[in-house]
Amino acid sequence: MTDFGFKLSKSSTIDLSRVELDRFEELCRQEPGAKVCIGCGSCTASCPAGRLSGMSVRKVLLGLQRGQKVNDMLQCCMLCGKCTMVCPRGINTRNLILTICRIYD
Amino acid sequence: MHDNIVIIGGGIAGMEAAKALLALGHTPILIESAPTLGGHVGRWHKLFPDLTSARELVARLRSEIVGANIFLGTQVISMNRLADGYSLKLSNGIVINASALLISTGFKLFEADRKEEYGYGVYDRVITNADLEDWFSGADDARIPQQPQTVGFVHCVGSRDLKACNGQCSKVCCATAIKQAIEIKERFPFARVYCFYMDLRLFGKKYEDFYVNAQRDYAVQFIRGRVSEVSETIDGHLQVKAEDTLSGKPLKMQLDLLVLMAGVVRNTAVQELTSMAGLETDSDGFLRSRDNEYAVVESGQPGIFYAGACTGPKTVPETIAEARSAALSIHAYLKTL
Ligand code: SF4
Ligand code: SF4
Ligand code: SF4
Repeated sequence: MTDFGFKLSKSSTIDLSRVELDRFEELCRQEPGAKVCIGCGSCTASCPAGRLSGMSVRKVLLGLQRGQKVNDMLQCCMLCGKCTMVCPRGINTRNLILTICRIYD
Repeated sequence: MHDNIVIIGGGIAGMEAAKALLALGHTPILIESAPTLGGHVGRWHKLFPDLTSARELVARLRSEIVGANIFLGTQVISMNRLADGYSLKLSNGIVINASALLISTGFKLFEADRKEEYGYGVYDRVITNADLEDWFSGADDARIPQQPQTVGFVHCVGSRDLKACNGQCSKVCCATAIKQAIEIKERFPFARVYCFYMDLRLFGKKYEDFYVNAQRDYAVQFIRGRVSEVSETIDGHLQVKAEDTLSGKPLKMQLDLLVLMAGVVRNTAVQELTSMAGLETDSDGFLRSRDNEYAVVESGQPGIFYAGACTGPKTVPETIAEARSAALSIHAYLKTL
């Protein structure tokens, strides 16, 4: 085959019609708070692990709904609960994180 | 009884309703617990989006209702249901039999010190939207520096916040933050001004223009992230932390002044009155209208009507429109008696 000098790179587009959401739906059943995040970032800003490791409850929740891997982030969580205290939607983020770990092991 | 109409609450809703009822040939009785009329708007400096004077609006309304019977510094201390109306006892000893009541008791501004993480009442450089309006009107405020270099506005303080037991959006504070950011830039052209928001709710006439104006002509910076905490540095500056959610990075910065957009919450001072009147509370904590789409100014009780922010956060034009609508509803109701 003729080499035209360029190769196909993986598309960075999120193909939402191909994202698997079964586990996210299971997560919502076990922790309904997963559904009501407004992406305000309070959790991220208050997270003592976030500055170093990139841990962000907001990004985890968004990532799961966009078919991205989030396990690296979750590993850095110390379950300190600061994010639970600041969340304006009253999400039980610690329980959320634990439930994610169980469902997406 | 002679078709007495009693208006409880002398903010702009009660005043406008009094004016409309006078025009319809009634002589309403207006009861206000504070020593002056005007309520929250009477304390505000300028109104969005045209930066008109709030005090002039209140003064004009006051001059237009001189024909009403006005009781200042007066409260309703008890209320009884009669066969065809209500009997009210006032704190000045007067008893009034009324055929119709208008509840225009408004709202309360969220007490910003309840959000401890923002340090209102603790740090020297943290003020509220209402404090800033007082200062714009000429009051002294030692917390506002002579020449602030950096000023931040925090949206949604005590609104959209289940931790503050106040889940609803206060509706007016996004536009207020932009208005105040512009006014700060006009006074301190070299200051950098930042608005920390979760969503910008600029739904009203010309609000979006106002937003563009703040970006283009005043270089106000908008940061999409809710401030999670505020602390004080050794040299007396404020340090705020948020996530800059659009870049996905934690963000911190130092500010010389922080303005908290305290939200609109239900007026708990009138809880006794509303329970005496048998009025119901809606799921958002505000008074429940007979119908939230079609009959916002009617309560579930015969002869009791609503106007303004007692049923939820409202802008000034919405409040004025409701007051007129309530006046017409009362006029029509009295004809049915
Ligand atoms: S519980 Fe985990 S995610 Fe939440 S603030 Fe603590 S370390 Fe961060
Ligand atoms: S604080 Fe709560 S609502 Fe805000 S981004 Fe985090 S989880 Fe979502
Ligand atoms: S109007 Fe804006 S600042 Fe006020 S509560 Fe709603 S979103 Fe928050």
